Amino acid sequence: MNVTDDSHPNDNATPVSSTMLSSWTHESDVPAETGVVPDEWELVIGLEVHAELATATKMFSPAPNEFGADPNTNVDPVCLGLPGTLPVVNAKAVELSITLGLALDCTVQRCVFARKNYFYPDMPKDYQISQYDRPLNVNGRIELPSGHVVRVERAHMEEDTGKSTHIGESGRIHDAGYSLIDYNRAGVPLLEIVSHPDIRGPEEAKAYVAELQQILIATGVSDGKFEEGSMRVDANVSVRPAGSDELRTRCEIKNVNSLRSLGRAITYEARRHVDLYNAGDRPTQETRHWDEEGGRTHPGRSKEQAEDYRYFDDPDLVPIDPAPEWIEQLRVALPALPRERRQAILDAGGSVDAAVMAVERGLDGLAIAAIEAGAEAERTLTHVANNLAVDGAEALDAGHFAELVKMETGGALTATQAKQVLAEMVETGNAPADIAAARGFEAMDTSELETMLDGIIAEHPDEWQRFCEGEKKLQGMFTGQIMKATKGQADGKVIAQLLAKKSQG
Amino acid sequence: MSNPIRSAVTAQLGTAVELAAQVRSGERSAVDVVDHYLAAIDAHEGDVHAFNTVTAEAAREAAAAVDAKVAAGEDPGPLAGVPVALKDNLCTNGVDTTCSSKILEGWKPPYDATVVRRLAAAGAVAVGKTNLDEFAMGSSTENSAFGPSRNPLDLDRVPGGSSGGSSAAVAAGFAPISLGSDTGGSIRQPAALCGVVGMKPTYGAVSRYGLIAFASSLDQIGPFAADVADAAALFAAIAGHDDRDSTSVPQPVPDVMASLGEGVAGLRVGVISELMGEGDLDGFEPEVLARTREAAEALAAAGATVESVSVPSTIYGLSAYYQIAPAEASSNLARYDGVRYGNRQPGPNTAAMMRATRTAGFGDEVKRRIIIGTYALSAGYHDAFYGKAQRVRTMIIRDFAKAYERFDVLLTPTSPCVAFPIGDVSDPLTMYLNDTCTIPSNLSGDPAISVPFGTGAHDLPVGVQVLAPFLGEAKLFQTAAVLEAAARDRFATTSEGD
Repeated sequence: MNVTDDSHPNDNATPVSSTMLSSWTHESDVPAETGVVPDEWELVIGLEVHAELATATKMFSPAPNEFGADPNTNVDPVCLGLPGTLPVVNAKAVELSITLGLALDCTVQRCVFARKNYFYPDMPKDYQISQYDRPLNVNGRIELPSGHVVRVERAHMEEDTGKSTHIGESGRIHDAGYSLIDYNRAGVPLLEIVSHPDIRGPEEAKAYVAELQQILIATGVSDGKFEEGSMRVDANVSVRPAGSDELRTRCEIKNVNSLRSLGRAITYEARRHVDLYNAGDRPTQETRHWDEEGGRTHPGRSKEQAEDYRYFDDPDLVPIDPAPEWIEQLRVALPALPRERRQAILDAGGSVDAAVMAVERGLDGLAIAAIEAGAEAERTLTHVANNLAVDGAEALDAGHFAELVKMETGGALTATQAKQVLAEMVETGNAPADIAAARGFEAMDTSELETMLDGIIAEHPDEWQRFCEGEKKLQGMFTGQIMKATKGQADGKVIAQLLAKKSQG
Repeated sequence: MSNPIRSAVTAQLGTAVELAAQVRSGERSAVDVVDHYLAAIDAHEGDVHAFNTVTAEAAREAAAAVDAKVAAGEDPGPLAGVPVALKDNLCTNGVDTTCSSKILEGWKPPYDATVVRRLAAAGAVAVGKTNLDEFAMGSSTENSAFGPSRNPLDLDRVPGGSSGGSSAAVAAGFAPISLGSDTGGSIRQPAALCGVVGMKPTYGAVSRYGLIAFASSLDQIGPFAADVADAAALFAAIAGHDDRDSTSVPQPVPDVMASLGEGVAGLRVGVISELMGEGDLDGFEPEVLARTREAAEALAAAGATVESVSVPSTIYGLSAYYQIAPAEASSNLARYDGVRYGNRQPGPNTAAMMRATRTAGFGDEVKRRIIIGTYALSAGYHDAFYGKAQRVRTMIIRDFAKAYERFDVLLTPTSPCVAFPIGDVSDPLTMYLNDTCTIPSNLSGDPAISVPFGTGAHDLPVGVQVLAPFLGEAKLFQTAAVLEAAARDRFATTSEGD
């Protein structure tokens, strides 16, 4: 069995800084998610997200940064750490890192690269170039769709490691027959984004990562693909009595490869802590690995292997002091961020859910354009939420979309018809009026419907009498009769209006 | 002198500058020049052991290519046909590069160091890779895994180190010029002990790309030559900004050839009192101090203003250096783990394999420094050792800056003593004291040069050191040229008389 092992015995990556210490005493007023742990407990979660930067080349060398190449083909003497080679910072990587810092409202500052020293076979120099006490971005924030703000302690630059594949019984390093190492990923530029422990539940953790992923994609900083390892999440989890501000022993959960796993892993780990406390025991501070198949976490390494990384400033590199003009230029170039885009939908009258969905699917621009072209907001956003979760929807012409919504709200199309026309618009790009005409969707004139209804009333005088006296369930019968007579072409809403008018009239 | 090797010192075919001129004009073929030096290597290398590898075939081919360029009327470069020996910690494409360590035995780099590329572009011809203390850690070349090099002036004595193979190669007449690396004096001290010129450039003046790192913030590549003009010509060929080295200085490097003959009239020279045996530091041989004082007099006689100056923090240089250099080395040398290249010893698992490889592959001095450096960076000791050493380094930089407000250049001995017998110094701390005078300029990042200035005990050469501020290479070589001329006048009878 071959298992790729991404889990280094490293990565309590965050140095304890004064800002972090103060964060641990930060009191949150966020209500806990119910049902994860018993009500008398609450979760305290901090996340470390590694995002691969969307550069053409590596962090410190000209080798390609590209996923999926044959093993050990995207390498050069520098990223292999061959004796005598020296790192040179990729300016594009710095630019993207500053861009993310600005998107997270961070302070962008003069920064220094440091060496993090530990031995690991897929790390070519047996040290990782990272940032320690002077990272590029500090003191940022991510506002979740719920309105909850998670503070970002830092977002620093570093290089990725290679990948080991252990060939043997379990796929674990301990009993591997041999190991293969692919250095294609070694030296790929990474941003490590470290949150304060401001997250109170697995759903909030997922929302945080989803929001960060959207920011990374929107800014072009990273492709944010979990499945290709472009995004990786480690979760620091602890629990405490609800309402308390104490901070108990935390465990770092690694090997979490999807949002779903993140939620499961946090829930498992929190319950494990609660069980330990309830049994009069306590968790040990350690790194644990999420076992997706087993649905549990297990200890990553024994305590005696705990490392001292002997950080010091990398003498091969010089500090980076981004010019204020450069930072300003990047700030101006920032695209609209998911939060702002959601706000635009809310301002247009959409619900929070509609806004989240529209922005997630990248259809918010289309919706806003259609609304600005006169389409009714509610109807427009309903289509975005329910009927446009398909490939090609983003290419829809906003004018056509607005026209469709207007035809529908104006009674020219029924809801069912509008849905069918919309689907064909996505497929063909044709105008809604043409599609409706070709399909023979001619909405009926109200007077025609009225004549039809008069005929039906004449056939069912008793029922009509009872309906007029308030027997509302008969509305379905009359509607059904009209639908039958029109072969389903009538608009349900128009029928309802007609029935109401006639019964009160 | 009865020692046959001593005569080899004067067996240089000509200076590098002369040879290049002759090859460029077609007066002499590069192949003839290279053959002359290969013959000298054949004759005496067995005694001296300056080289780990001699690349005779490649050298003849490169020389033939230079001759072909001359024949075709193309510019063969300023160092056309000049043989050069390269310290074996400089990467050479396809040629063994060992750092005189068993751990890299058999490794052939897939690329050339920037200095190697620049020398080839200048028309110089590499004749081989010279011996060194393992990973450049030492002051005698006795720490080589492949056996010590010997001082061509007295085969029972060390040539100094760590670039002992490079200094011995020039002293023995195996090449007119060579490259070494200097982290705490590893060019200047062996130059002094072998009676040749050796220079450490301003940190960042020469690209470190392709120099196998010992201590990255201190390492610099620099020239050895039989005279000052050749050292300047070699420096000029290798210096200048390199995009592959982030610590390479962006400014243009001074044109040292142009100002070489400008003399020292009006120059302000400070003699560092702490390094003249006037303070707490002792162990200076009296003849070494006497020659240094005479050098100061010679500069004064040539029109310079000479005064004594105190640079107080220099006395802490050695202590700071032995925290900073090992700390960086402990990290730089981590990559020799048996996984990717070089030596690998078997083990039941990865960690055991790495341990076995490093245990078998590194020599004692390298292990000592890795352990010291690891300790200096460890949690709980980091600030007391590495942090404090960095603060001392800042003090030294400040003290030098202050001294350079009043002086153009500074003068000191290069080494407190002349070449010592092989096997004589067994205590590491005593060995470290060899670098007392040279270390401060590595810590400050400023350039320095050692020039032969007469002899000391046992009629062995003494070197005096000139120091200059950041990118002060022009005045550095200018002053060195005056000292060289003065030494010729003063010691003519001693150097040629017996």
